[in-house]
Amino acid sequence: MNVSTGMRADARDALRDTIPVAMGYLPLAAAYGLMLANTGIDWWWAPVSSLLIFAGAMQFLSVGLLAAHTPLAEIFIATLLVNFRHVFYGLSYPMDKLKRTPARVYGVFALTDETYSLLAGKADQNISGRRITLIQLFSHGYWILGSFVGALGAMALPDSIAGIEFSLTALFLVLTYEHAIKRENLPAVVMGVLASAVAFAIGGKQFLSVAMGVFLCLVLANYPIVSRKASRESGLRTSGSPDHGVDDAPAASDAVPSAAESR
Amino acid sequence: MASTTLLLRATPFLALQKAADAPVVRYLGRIMPAGIMVILVIYSLNGIRLTTYPYGLPSLIAVTVTLLIHAWRRNPLLSIVVGTATYMVSLHLFG
Repeated sequence: MNVSTGMRADARDALRDTIPVAMGYLPLAAAYGLMLANTGIDWWWAPVSSLLIFAGAMQFLSVGLLAAHTPLAEIFIATLLVNFRHVFYGLSYPMDKLKRTPARVYGVFALTDETYSLLAGKADQNISGRRITLIQLFSHGYWILGSFVGALGAMALPDSIAGIEFSLTALFLVLTYEHAIKRENLPAVVMGVLASAVAFAIGGKQFLSVAMGVFLCLVLANYPIVSRKASRESGLRTSGSPDHGVDDAPAASDAVPSAAESR
Repeated sequence: MASTTLLLRATPFLALQKAADAPVVRYLGRIMPAGIMVILVIYSLNGIRLTTYPYGLPSLIAVTVTLLIHAWRRNPLLSIVVGTATYMVSLHLFG
């Protein structure tokens, strides 16, 4: 097989692989583009931010945060906590298949929820490094294209889209639902509500940082209890690896298998 | 935003494999998403005024519809589109 047919086969495979990603990314990115252009920010920031950030939920959030001139430190904290899950994706990313440095760097940059779950599902297949890069490039392309079309749409019909910003709430609601129906997530949901209540009571503009800070404190305060319980349980089950009870869940189970949450 | 996200995505590759594998980090990774999402929902609803007309009704209706549609079909895209459309229509009706 010569190089060009190999390239074409990889491109065809990657295109087929990413059809579900396209279905999710195109409309969601279009909603993002609409929302951004609707706030009065120059429309071309939509495709540019999609090119540079490529982080869905956080990108949606960024519109409101930037429009409100939120301090950089607060944006940093919010991003750190919202996107914390990405720390785990790299653990099962097939980095060994990528030979060249640019491909590796891009592979890390473009490791979203969707590309992660796509690639993690193919980890044991004999998939070429080029196909991996193409999968990520195509996915990134859908995201940029969608936000571009959405921003143009906002230019074309500026009056009829009041309320489009609810797509942000709807996205978060859907993701919350998917977490909340799992029983083991109940403590986290309760702590999230508590932290929000505290931040609400304190008031002020820094709702997001206060709520997330309080939430992190609650979660960390809860850790000794959880780990003691887990080690007791695993001690009953087997005598080996007592500290493993807390982390038996594979990292993959943290990935929300929805097409909506990205980044 | 871009650099923080990239930093997080790069953590396991920057010889921080151990850090990403530590039990407390795994615990955080498991427990955080659900709570953070709850906070984000409340944050994104922060602008509503319950004491003046229309008393947050458009948001309330749209949240209910979004959750019901999602419980029914479990299709994120459908839930988001229908929920947002509901919000836009009810804004119009109460506006």
